[in-house]
Amino acid sequence: MLLTIHPLSPSGLEQLWFFLILVLWLGYFFLEGFDFGVGTLMPFVSKDDLDRRVVINTIGPVWDGNEVWLLTAGGATFAAFPLWYATVFSGFYLALFLILAALIFRGMAFEFRHKREDAKWVRWWDRAIFWGSALPALLWGVAFADFVHGVPVAANATWTGNFFDLVKPYALLGGLSTLLLFTLHGATYLGLKTEGDVRVRAHKIALRLAPLTFVAVTAFLAWTYQTAHTMHHVGLVPPLLPIVGLLALAGVGWLVREHLEGWAFIATALVIVAFFTTLFLNLYPNVLISSVSPHFDITIVAAASHRYTLEVMSWVALIFTPLVLLYQSWTYWIFKKRVSRPGEANETHHTATNV
Amino acid sequence: METFIAGISTLSLARWQFGITTVFHFLFVPLTIGLGLLVAVLQTAAYRTGDVAWDRMTKFFGKLFLVNFAIGVVTGIVQEFQFGMDWSRYSVFVGNIFGAPLAIEGLLAFFMESTFLGIWIFGRGRVSKRIHLASIWMASLGTILSAAFIVAANSWMQHPVGYTIDAKTHQAVMTNFWAVMTNSTFIAAYGHVLASAFLTGSVFMLAIAAWHLRKGHDLAGFGKAARVAIVVTVIAAIATMFLGDNQAKEMEAQQPMKMAAAEALYNTESGASFSLLTIGDLSDNPVFQVRVPHILSVLATNTWDGKVLGINQIQKQAAKKYGAGSYVPVIWVCYWSFRLMVGLGILLFILGGVALWLVRKRRLEKSPRFLRFATWMLLAPFLANSFGWIFTEVGRQPWVVYGLLKTSKAVTLISPGYVATSLIGFTAIYSLLAVIEIGLMLRLAKIPPVIETPEEAERVPELIY
Repeated sequence: MLLTIHPLSPSGLEQLWFFLILVLWLGYFFLEGFDFGVGTLMPFVSKDDLDRRVVINTIGPVWDGNEVWLLTAGGATFAAFPLWYATVFSGFYLALFLILAALIFRGMAFEFRHKREDAKWVRWWDRAIFWGSALPALLWGVAFADFVHGVPVAANATWTGNFFDLVKPYALLGGLSTLLLFTLHGATYLGLKTEGDVRVRAHKIALRLAPLTFVAVTAFLAWTYQTAHTMHHVGLVPPLLPIVGLLALAGVGWLVREHLEGWAFIATALVIVAFFTTLFLNLYPNVLISSVSPHFDITIVAAASHRYTLEVMSWVALIFTPLVLLYQSWTYWIFKKRVSRPGEANETHHTATNV
Repeated sequence: METFIAGISTLSLARWQFGITTVFHFLFVPLTIGLGLLVAVLQTAAYRTGDVAWDRMTKFFGKLFLVNFAIGVVTGIVQEFQFGMDWSRYSVFVGNIFGAPLAIEGLLAFFMESTFLGIWIFGRGRVSKRIHLASIWMASLGTILSAAFIVAANSWMQHPVGYTIDAKTHQAVMTNFWAVMTNSTFIAAYGHVLASAFLTGSVFMLAIAAWHLRKGHDLAGFGKAARVAIVVTVIAAIATMFLGDNQAKEMEAQQPMKMAAAEALYNTESGASFSLLTIGDLSDNPVFQVRVPHILSVLATNTWDGKVLGINQIQKQAAKKYGAGSYVPVIWVCYWSFRLMVGLGILLFILGGVALWLVRKRRLEKSPRFLRFATWMLLAPFLANSFGWIFTEVGRQPWVVYGLLKTSKAVTLISPGYVATSLIGFTAIYSLLAVIEIGLMLRLAKIPPVIETPEEAERVPELIY
């Protein structure tokens, strides 16, 4: 199959879909980001099994709906940019396999853990929750860093590299950044959703993680900025978005210390949005950068579906996305109460809590 | 030459991987669809009557439903991504058309089922009873909708419509979304898939209720559950057979090779007989065969003497149309999977019929041998579902998109080592999941529900998980 690389700039519809794919990934990382963080932190904020159950129950009603953002992002990429979908998922073969395996065990763990009282059974599922959260949190960062930095793609979108081309220092720094960022995001979420000791521990951890995350994310963004392929694009020069993100990140520690838990959570969410938007802007007008030669970069135009498909998809998205946002927000409203150890509800009252 | 060999083994590894992961995933999906609806029915009865027995059954089968749902969800993620991983050339070729229903499925159906199921699990006692009931109905509707989009996508592979081929990129390009969503193959297949999913749910419920009835557990609750399950089994079995027969006619018109392979019919016949059973090989000269005259013609064409095309004739036509090569699928797989699917379907209809008769004679609870039989029939719908998909997918070979793209041209050009790694990995993980899942299911299914007073039944634990 011969792929003609169009030199044309993307049409409005193609730009819209590039933007919508970004929105879907942002939704995914904002929502499952704190799920990953909560799972990664579970062993560190809990002293006993009851604590662990409190932690799991903060995301119990929502984790599955959050994961659907990934499925929708994958499906939308398949529909709107088939070549992007095909190249990325076949190229990141083993990394994706690891992510899928991790997500399988993690999802099962949430649903199966409490179904038996056997201590050994519970312990195994606890491990699945930790590794199943930490591993994807790391690997998604590695993968997105690779998109931006370039992957060994040659003519006709064929891969010439192997698994180890994907784990370069830059990509590993990207992975470390997302791991820390999601964990911090999970810590601010737990601060907002729990009571008592778990909440206090989550605060302490957030305070300790914030500076580390700041260093990693700053280093990663600086490196990205320095090697950017498309420096002339809006939002990167001047680097407004990264600066907004880093400011928000710098503020997290202070917000947590002041018990402005709602604002702290919004701040970590903002960092995630700024972080991934920066990466996407950096890609534009490509969807994948070739490390072999700029001639082999896959552009939005080359990857996109035809106009008709994009039009149909736009109508569907226009009608149903608001509906999904509406009922998903409604769930968070229903379960807005803090989770506490049975019998200990409303024991601790902070003066300044939510936004 | 080397890449040629690598290409072949990557192909067979990728096919095995797709087969294993898909059959495994589809063990759970029909049960999710069927049991979801039945749990909603049980809860509606509890809501309307205020009878705690209905409420007990809702909780009991709801628990089993959730265990099953979880594994369906996590294996479903693999389904969506392995098109890109193993079938990247397919993905590029069909993305314009095939991707759309997949994305819509996520946006319309998956969000709905997961979000409302979250409300259902955690909302008992926290939201009003009416909203709690509505949430299980919304989740059930989500599962039913999700099947629509994925079957529409598959039907396009069976019978492509509403497309053109882009001359420059050689991609299939959508020209009519409405045509894709009203594909005659889709309409026929969707009814059959849904009916068999409800049948799976009802036989599952009947089998477990029968076990408890035989042991004398909670006769009030399981008696009610069994009666609901029996009615649904009878209706769903009839619908499955009727819609399946309808689908066979569609298939004879659109994919005659699949029909011929299902019958191991080598040469075109008018008034063709239906082969019930074959001993020996399925070549032209079997050792022993039981055949029912004219029935194949009736099944395939609705007429007594209708002409049914044979494998040899279709092969000749196909070679002329598409170029040299074999267009015959693996016949023994088609022949036996088709027969087993149909046979098990008929068996389930008999199960439902006998059960209904026993209920009307008020003898259901007093028939331990039947109850034991009903429990063993638990396996039948899962086998039938698997055989049905194996038949329809193997029967389409060598095509992945019928008439447009061969499976051999769809696979990712990647070293077989990668595919072997993930094949071994997924097989190991899925085997482990199967052991855990079956163990947990059996355990939970055997624990009889605690009989509670209405006040006790209202109580909600502070921590759900």
